[in-house]
Amino acid sequence: MVKITVDGKKLETEEHLTVLEACLQNGIFIPNLCFLKTRPHPHASCRLCFVSIEGYDRPITACTERVRDGLVVKTDTPEVRALQRSAFKLLMSLHPCNAKLCPTEKPCLLMRIAKHIGVGINPKPLERINRGLPDFVDFGSLYYVPNRCVLCARCIHTCRSINKRPLLTFAKRGIMTMVAYFSSGNDSEVCSNCNACVDICPVAALLPKSAFINFLEAKETHA
Amino acid sequence: MEVSGQHIGHGIREEEEQAISEKLPEILGEFSRERSSLLPILQRIQEAFKFLSPGAIKAVAEYLGLSGSEVYGVATFYNQFRFHPPGRHEIKICMGTACHVKGGDVILENFERRLGIKEGETTPDREYSIERVACVGCCALAPVAVVDDKVIGYMQPSKVEGLFLQFEIQRKIREGQIKTEAS
Repeated sequence: MVKITVDGKKLETEEHLTVLEACLQNGIFIPNLCFLKTRPHPHASCRLCFVSIEGYDRPITACTERVRDGLVVKTDTPEVRALQRSAFKLLMSLHPCNAKLCPTEKPCLLMRIAKHIGVGINPKPLERINRGLPDFVDFGSLYYVPNRCVLCARCIHTCRSINKRPLLTFAKRGIMTMVAYFSSGNDSEVCSNCNACVDICPVAALLPKSAFINFLEAKETHA
Repeated sequence: MEVSGQHIGHGIREEEEQAISEKLPEILGEFSRERSSLLPILQRIQEAFKFLSPGAIKAVAEYLGLSGSEVYGVATFYNQFRFHPPGRHEIKICMGTACHVKGGDVILENFERRLGIKEGETTPDREYSIERVACVGCCALAPVAVVDDKVIGYMQPSKVEGLFLQFEIQRKIREGQIKTEAS
């Protein structure tokens, strides 16, 4: 066991955990989107899990740091919050929130993060960016909603860990990056409809086709 | 509400895929079956066929023991690769800094609307394809379009119309709908 201090609270945690896991296990919420325990290396791409650790001159991502004895962690310093807020606002500038039509359980993870770091769910003061992407992309057995996707890559990793030959990938680059489905048609590359990617998505950017029909009905009633 | 398929491969004819797949083994044979061969192979295929067809991507994945999605992800990352066969007339719109400031996006939009396709695509009749490029090196003429390797400076929407008028006449002559004096 390892003893660490988080926000003045003394915690005892298992060894080999990341600071992020240790905090989450002890009921201390640190915003995070891209972390998955099954990943051999943390992706560290969402830039939301910043914490300040004594001995470091700048905040670091909690998912990349392992716990060790005597670690003193603060999760809510002004520097940490400033970094989290800018990362969050950048995400929201690509994620038009339409809570009524969004099938996530409310409050969704993004809403909880917004509340936790004390900002609104809108991108203000940043602008909303329209990438000109389609509302839905047909992935065969799924629909992908590019404007909801936060590019956390959880689905890609999950698909990769289940199928030797992953079916999901990032396509394109920069601001146009999106998740794509491409199968070579080979027997080892057939989507088995396991829906693991759907379940792991934090923002309901992947929908099984049956859920899509419900969505269309919901849209009708709201229209 | 717009539902779109994956954005590659539509409009490619079966006989084209057939022709590509017949020549592919020879090209693939030039390379070792290592992951590091991926980009050189894709470049070689594009050199040979002018674009990467879905069939070609699958064949590369099979050859290198990768999944189709990995090859697809790498190929879409680079602007160099195209996924649609080029049209008879290749239209490139400059989106460099100077052209951007001078309204290059309006020119691009003009071409897109006129042809009913998006950048990176080819019209179904294979007459025209649109591409956006970063800078063609003549910023003083911004906004610039490069049509069939001919640079057109100070681009305006009215010039777009003129260009197509010219191309349509050429096409009709080619198809024998208009007799020239020589014939």
